[in-house]
Amino acid sequence: MNKPLPNTYRQGPDSQGRFGQFGGRFVAETLMPLILEVEQAYEAAKRDPAFDAEWRRLLTHYVGRPSPLWFAERLTAHLGGAKVYFKRDELNHTGAHKINAVLGQILLAKRMGKTRIIAETGAGQHGVATATVCALFDLPCTVFMGATDVERQQPNVFRMKLLGAEVVPVTSGAATLKDAMNEALRYWVANVQDTYYCIGTVAGPHPYPVMVRDFQSVIGEEAKQQMQAAEGRLPDALVAAIGGGSNAMGLFYPFLDDSSVRMYGVEAAGHGVETEQHAASLTKGRPGVLHGNRTYLLQDAHGQITEAHSISAGLDYPGVGPEHSWLHELGRVQYVSATDDEALAAFQLCSKLEGIIPALEPAHALAHVIRMAPTLPKEEIILMNLCGRGDKDIFTVARHLGVEM
Amino acid sequence: MTGSDREAPQRSVDRPHPASRIAAKFAALKAEGRGALVTYLQGYDPDRETSLALLRGLPGAGADLIEVGVPFTDPMADGPAIQRAAQRALKVGATLEGVLGLVRDFRQGDDGTPIILMGYYNPILAYGVDRFCVDAAAAGVDGLIVVDVPPEEAGEIEPQARAAGLDLIRLVAPTTDDARLPRVLAATSGFVYYVSITGITGTRSATAASLEEAIPRIRKHTSLPIAIGFGIRTPQQAGEAARLADGAVVGTALVDTLAASLEEDGTARPETVGLVLDQVGALAAAVRGR
Ligand SMILES: Cc1ncc(COP(=O)(O)O)c(C=O)c1O
Repeated sequence: MNKPLPNTYRQGPDSQGRFGQFGGRFVAETLMPLILEVEQAYEAAKRDPAFDAEWRRLLTHYVGRPSPLWFAERLTAHLGGAKVYFKRDELNHTGAHKINAVLGQILLAKRMGKTRIIAETGAGQHGVATATVCALFDLPCTVFMGATDVERQQPNVFRMKLLGAEVVPVTSGAATLKDAMNEALRYWVANVQDTYYCIGTVAGPHPYPVMVRDFQSVIGEEAKQQMQAAEGRLPDALVAAIGGGSNAMGLFYPFLDDSSVRMYGVEAAGHGVETEQHAASLTKGRPGVLHGNRTYLLQDAHGQITEAHSISAGLDYPGVGPEHSWLHELGRVQYVSATDDEALAAFQLCSKLEGIIPALEPAHALAHVIRMAPTLPKEEIILMNLCGRGDKDIFTVARHLGVEM
Repeated sequence: MTGSDREAPQRSVDRPHPASRIAAKFAALKAEGRGALVTYLQGYDPDRETSLALLRGLPGAGADLIEVGVPFTDPMADGPAIQRAAQRALKVGATLEGVLGLVRDFRQGDDGTPIILMGYYNPILAYGVDRFCVDAAAAGVDGLIVVDVPPEEAGEIEPQARAAGLDLIRLVAPTTDDARLPRVLAATSGFVYYVSITGITGTRSATAASLEEAIPRIRKHTSLPIAIGFGIRTPQQAGEAARLADGAVVGTALVDTLAASLEEDGTARPETVGLVLDQVGALAAAVRGR
């Protein structure tokens, strides 16, 4: 690429929803007017101080923000290198970062006069967050979930039902997150008048990638202040797991123009990126168009989408948000990967050393921290997004460890 | 960058193309005083040979224009029947290149029936947009429906399609309001494809009343022929739609017949081609007012 580097990484997207060549609005005509309506409504909401105030009130009193910044002292001592901090979004109500963007989107849906909410979910965290907020606002909620994921995330399926949501198992394709998203889009096309589609990550057609990023940026904004208070300076490195990339964008975005801060997005390497069984779209994929945007995708030579694999249902997606594709090509963020086994080891280490059972998704981020921290001087600071708690994963982990429950 | 590594066709060779088969067909039918029957089947469903036999049989059975679906793993605008058709086709190794080959073979015996490829953008991107448009035109394709490239993203493929002489047929939906309609129509050539329901293929049918309102609304903005699709299943519905507009597209109903005729393992039976073509014949009779 011989394009000059931008003098800010925080300008995107353009009016077409593009981050460089990535993003855009690749949807059928039936959805197009609706996407434009969401965009207009979001632009108006962003300028309305009352909208922001209501969202922040809910974040404070319902979600429990700001989430703490935790110096993981025992882990730091164990690794023997850089200081490791966790941004503890696993302490949010519902146990993950997903609710930050769900609250924003449901407030938007209400402004738009929509009376039904749909969502896709992989690990079930976004589905639980959406079902939760729908319960709070008394809105009917339908969650599309791959049948494979329904199996491996039973606790979250039950949670969603308790919260009053309808969970629709999706059997098409590999019956995971990609297929759930297809099905949610299909349902939306057929129910455009009254339905709002609450997307769980920084993917989909414009304006979803920018909107979800904006809402999730509360993570990085808080962390920046908290780090100032704790250490009087910026961290040296940020680390976050990448499924679609929302917890990572949320942490990274406020720091993008701080050139001293290195950033690492950790993709799921499944059985290894050298095998066919992984979910490392940026590491092993190439640009294409799926689910409304141009981005890096796992695909074959003919442009057919290939199945992703990860022990973590939340990372099991063959694409990635378009802004990550852009940051990848610009080299602003380094995209690395961690295998199922590395994530499992990190999951156990974190539980024993810090008394925090992480979700399998941030366990991938932690696997990279475990690799990186020992190579860095003790004065350096790594900040990792601990974006979800691991209660939902204990059955999966037990099975992998050969434990009967 | 358009995702293609090939050179764009020179705009200077944007010579006048021979009158498009699509325009010629609609003009001829207009002279006959009837609308068109447009059929949709997926290329390679359930295998290449059967698919080619179907294609070759369609004009004789009464199809006036032929849509060939290009199989894709993630057909966002399609219902279960066409999703399964795509899976069957992919299982036997369907590719965009392979579908172009089918069209090339079809063209050896038929130079008049317009062929429209309908599919999603990613296989075209993988093939290379520039090269694809050139190769499609050379294979005998007349028009493209790229479901997930709306007018907002037209720059992706419109210049290359135009340079190659391919019509870009756009979908107009019930959600396309009067403010948006001119923009969509301005980006359309060949004919307008009116998606008669807000929904995916093969799920429900539009009411005659809603069509009677929608078609004149579109006519106010365009002189292009209008074909109605999504949800037309029966000869009666096809006849009505072809009279109300300029054509009726039947897809899922044919795909259902094909699917029902297959062996349990998804392979063709001897009667597969005949069953589908008989149904086309019944649809054609209704469209011809017989
Ligand atoms: C805890 C947790 N982290 C991460 C993810 C992956 O999504 P994203 O990359 O958008 O943060 C999920 C998705 O389900 C999740 O539940």
